[in-house]
Order: sequence, then structure tokens, then C-alpha cells
Amino acid sequence: MELLVATAIGALTAAGIYMVLRLRTFPVIIGTSLLSYAVNVFLFTAGRLAVDAPPILQDGVEVYTDPLPQALVLTAIVISFGMTAVVVIIALGSYLSCDDDLVDAPATQPEAQPAPEAKRGEAPS
Amino acid sequence: MMHWTVLPVVLPAMMAAIIVLVARHHQMLARVLSIASTFGLLALALGLFWQASDGTISIYQLGAWKAPFGIILVADRLATLMVLLTALLAVPVLLYAVGSGWDARGRHFHALFQFQLMGIMGAFLTGDAFNLFVFFEVLLIASYGLMIHGGGAERLRAGTQYVLYNLLGSTLFLFALGTLYAETGTLNMADLAGRVAALDAGDTAGIRVASVLLLGVFAVKAALLPLHFWLPASYAQAPAPVAALFAIMTKVGAYGIIRFYTLVFPPDLDLTTGLFGTWLLPAALATLALGMIGVLGAREIGRLVAFSVIGSMGMLLAAVAIFTPEGISAALYYAVHSTFTAAALFLLVDVIRDRRAAEGRLEQVAPPLRGGALMAGMFFVAAIALCGLPPLSGFVGKLLVLDAALDSDLIWWIWAVILISSLVAVVGFGRAGSQIFWKAYQDADPVPPEEAPEGTMPPPRNSVLPMTSVGILLGYVVVVTVFAGPLTRVTDATVAQLFAPQPYITKVLETEGRIIGKAKDAGDPKKKTSDKPDEGGH
Repeated sequence: MELLVATAIGALTAAGIYMVLRLRTFPVIIGTSLLSYAVNVFLFTAGRLAVDAPPILQDGVEVYTDPLPQALVLTAIVISFGMTAVVVIIALGSYLSCDDDLVDAPATQPEAQPAPEAKRGEAPS
Repeated sequence: MMHWTVLPVVLPAMMAAIIVLVARHHQMLARVLSIASTFGLLALALGLFWQASDGTISIYQLGAWKAPFGIILVADRLATLMVLLTALLAVPVLLYAVGSGWDARGRHFHALFQFQLMGIMGAFLTGDAFNLFVFFEVLLIASYGLMIHGGGAERLRAGTQYVLYNLLGSTLFLFALGTLYAETGTLNMADLAGRVAALDAGDTAGIRVASVLLLGVFAVKAALLPLHFWLPASYAQAPAPVAALFAIMTKVGAYGIIRFYTLVFPPDLDLTTGLFGTWLLPAALATLALGMIGVLGAREIGRLVAFSVIGSMGMLLAAVAIFTPEGISAALYYAVHSTFTAAALFLLVDVIRDRRAAEGRLEQVAPPLRGGALMAGMFFVAAIALCGLPPLSGFVGKLLVLDAALDSDLIWWIWAVILISSLVAVVGFGRAGSQIFWKAYQDADPVPPEEAPEGTMPPPRNSVLPMTSVGILLGYVVVVTVFAGPLTRVTDATVAQLFAPQPYITKVLETEGRIIGKAKDAGDPKKKTSDKPDEGGH
């Protein structure tokens, strides 16, 4: 059980970091989603793994699982879901208005080389 | 129970909801509500500051749950100082947004602004580590909306970078909190302090990881080298009032460092020895150097100011990293000063971009600005304050930092980097100012009047309210300078409270709640049955 969960967290994190380092927004967003899955599982294990144990007090039960990480994970899931929705929308807006989906700005920006005739102060379009 | 402590969070939250629901089609009503709410916030912040000014620590138990089972808001000296700083900043920034018409260039500016204030206030007031994460997310998600307010290709691209970077920061924060919880079984900061100190000396690997991860998270927020990449583009591209409000956001990171590393991982704790001297101090000095080199190299005035924010964060964190009471006191003074100065500069940059034909580009000359003398004077004052030249507050702050560094082992490094980087900043700001305000006259004179691009310029905006807002911010800078003595006494008292955390811990943990009155003993660090209401509402 421990090995399985630890491997899953490790694999998700590794894949997430690889995807985050890509150039274009879509893989990067997939990467952040993978990372947020990894951290959700990680938070879940922060209260130690207990199989088939109830989280709330009951008569005749000796072993409990920690309910707090589950509450934390719920909050984290809601937040990361909202954040992913926001980043998808902003990335889409950026793609539509810039005509490319690169995360980095292109190396040569038009205003980097001011033309000599721009001396009078007309802003280049 | 006193409800004052929670009001700085509740007021903007309610007002934001009201603005969205009631006033979304009424620009004027939204403005009135938003300004009223921000002034109310200022009054609340003043009240809380006054309440905490005699050393009282007031707490608020949400849902009347006893700590560590419920979420606690704590208003001590540090929290109320930061709350007051935020409220003081928010008033002129909001007036500027209204006066310059920025709030009408997109939708929901005022609601997002109030949500942003709510997140910042909550982050300063909360006494629970996971709740701190939630408030971070509140302020971030509001800042995402504000960052892309008004739209535009460049701004959206910068916004994408900003959001992605902060998503990664949030993930890192969750990893840190998970590790912290796995090691100690609690996330209440006061409770954490006791349990971290009681950890077995031979079994500290996990908690060391947690402390370094947390430092990393706060370093991302504070734009510490090498985690600063998100800042220049997003601050330069954000709408001016938003960038000015963001001046407080980097301070949230610095606040997190000061709070966690005086309360939970105090300086005399063995397991975090060397974290500050070995890692944070060199990184902070490198940040300072990089920020000021960036000022020198910037080709656009927005980026110039953004890099100066990085530089001032480097100075602030260098003072924190010395980690003596004098150092942190100097850092708090510098935080107050740099917040107001950076905000004033961001607003001025917007006025300049709006009136100058070449906008903010420094390499192009443009016809003289309308009202250039007043703006040049204001830019001069703000630049002097930011570079740390006498007589303004930057000089006082820098003197305090240099003085605090006297006992450090790395004193020559600290002095050399601070003094040389100040010189570089003076050159950078001097070049920018002369390019914008003086060179205009030389090159623009030969232009015949009919060719002057008067007709192509948009009609001038009403500039009374915007310039008043900048004036208020510069007035704060002057006040911070003139009353440097009383202010340093306040920061000294704040630091004294931080370095003696026992009253804080006792107050938080031993105040009885209504629901769990005589709570169970919280002795076992690996206890499995602790209960806590989650804050699913966020």
C-alpha cells in the first residue's frame, strides 16, 4: 500500500514537472494538473494510511483514520479545480490574441529596435 | 467575544459580493460602495492597530472552536501593522483607479479589488497554516482577474505566465503543508511552535524538508532570486492601480517568512540553523544586485519600476536574513517605506505612459509632457526615496539595515552590495528621468508646430484625482520619514513581541471556546483523532 501510493505520487510529480517545463501552454497546464493530483494524494497520506477505518467516532471501533487531511484535500481539490479553469481561460485568451501559445514571450520584440524615423515620437503600431 | 478581529476579512468579502450582485451595471454605485468599503477598512485597521499597540494579542475563534481544533485569527502587533499598511495603501490606489478610469476598462474591477483586499487581510490575520494557504489562494485568484483587467495581447501573455508560476507556487505550498502535518499532526501555528520544539532530535528529516519548502514558497511570493521570474513582466504589464496594489503582495511573502521563522522555527531552534545565514542572505543580496542591475538595463519604465521592486525586496529580505531583532525591525520599516514608494512609482508610470507619445519606452524621445514639471518633481521625489538617498525614508531604512548588519559575519558583503547597488539604482533612475523629462525638450523643439502630434493624441484625462492619489502616497513617504522615530519604536516593539512568542502561544491555545470548552489534552503529536471544521466555503 505504502509503496503503491508513494510510487503514484512520485510518478505524477515527475510527469508533472516534465510537462511544466514544456514550451507551450497546453502541456504546461496538463503538467500543473498532474502536479495538483500528486499533491492531493500526498496530502491524503499526510494523516498516515489506514485501510477500512472510519474517520468519525463509533462504538466498538479501535482504529480510526485521520479526518483532517481529507478535509484539507477537499479544499485543495476545489481550489485547484478553480485555478485550472482560470488558467485555461487566460491561456486561451492569450492564444487568441497573440496568435501563438508559447509561454515565453518571443525573443525579438518589435519595440526592441526603434526605427530612426520614430524620433518624432510616433508610437510604432 | 470581540468581533473586530474578523471584520477586516468580512467587510471586503461582503462588499465584493454586494458589488457583483447589486452594482454590476452601475459603475457609479460600484465606485461609491468600493470606496466606502475601503475607507471602512482603513478605520477598522486603525482601530485594530490601536488595540494591539499596547501589546494586547486579540484572537478570534471562527465558529467559537477552541484552538487547535478551529481556525484562529490573531491580531498581534505584526499582523495589525501589516493590515494597517494594506489599508493605507488601498485608499489612494482605489482613488487612482477611479480617477484615471482604469476601473471602467473591464468588468468587475471593484469586486475583484475587494476580494484581493480580503485575501491580503486574511493572510495577515490568520493563525492557521492551512488557512494561510486558503487566503493566499483568495488573493491570488483575485489578482489573476485584476492582472488581466483591460485585456490586450501582451497583458494576457504576462498574465498566463503569472498564473502558471503561482499555480506551481501553490502546489509547493501544499506539499510543504502536507509534510508539516505529517510530522507534527497540526497546522495551527501556535500549536506547531510547541510540537516542532518537542520533536525528537534524531528524527528531524521531515520537518527540515517542510521548513525549507515553506521558505521556498514564501520566496516565490517575495520574488527572491532565483524565483523572481514571474515579477518583472507581470508588474510591468498589469494595470497601474493593480501593480500598485501588488506592491503589498511581495510583502505577504516577507510576512510569511517573518511569522513562520520567529514563531514555528525560532532562531534558537537547532534544526533550522544555517537556513538564513547560508541560504537566504546570499540569495537576498543577489536579488538586490539583480534588481538594481535590472533598473539600469530596463528599456521600458514599467519594467524599470518592477525591477526596482525586486531590488527593494532583496534589501528587505537581506535585513530579515540577518535575523536579529534589529534586522527584522529594519526590515519592517523598509517594508512600510518600499510599499508606498513602489506604489507611487507605478501610478506615476501610468500617468507618464498615458501622456507621453512614446509611452513608457525609454529609448525613444517624445514631445514634452503636459504638466511635466509636476510629474518630474513627483518622479524625482519617489526615485530619491526608492534609491535611498537622503533625506527621504529610503535613506533611513537603508541606514537601519546597514546598522543591523554590523554584527553579521558577512558585514562587508552586505555593505558592499547595498551601497554599490544603490549607486546603480541612482544611475538607472537618473537616466530614465532625464530621458523622459529633459531630453524631450532638446529633440522636440525643431518640430514645426503643425507637425506636432496634438491631433493624434487622445484628449487629456481629468488628472486631479490621479495626481492627488500619487500625492497621498508621496505624503505617506514623507510622513514615514518625518516620524521615523515613532515608527521604529513601533517596529521595535513588534519585533520584541515576535521574539518572545510565549504569550502568543498561550493566548491562542488556552482561550476556551464555546463548543469544545474543556478540550482534550493535545499532547500526542501523532494523534489521529483531532478534529477541525474545514473551510469549504472558500
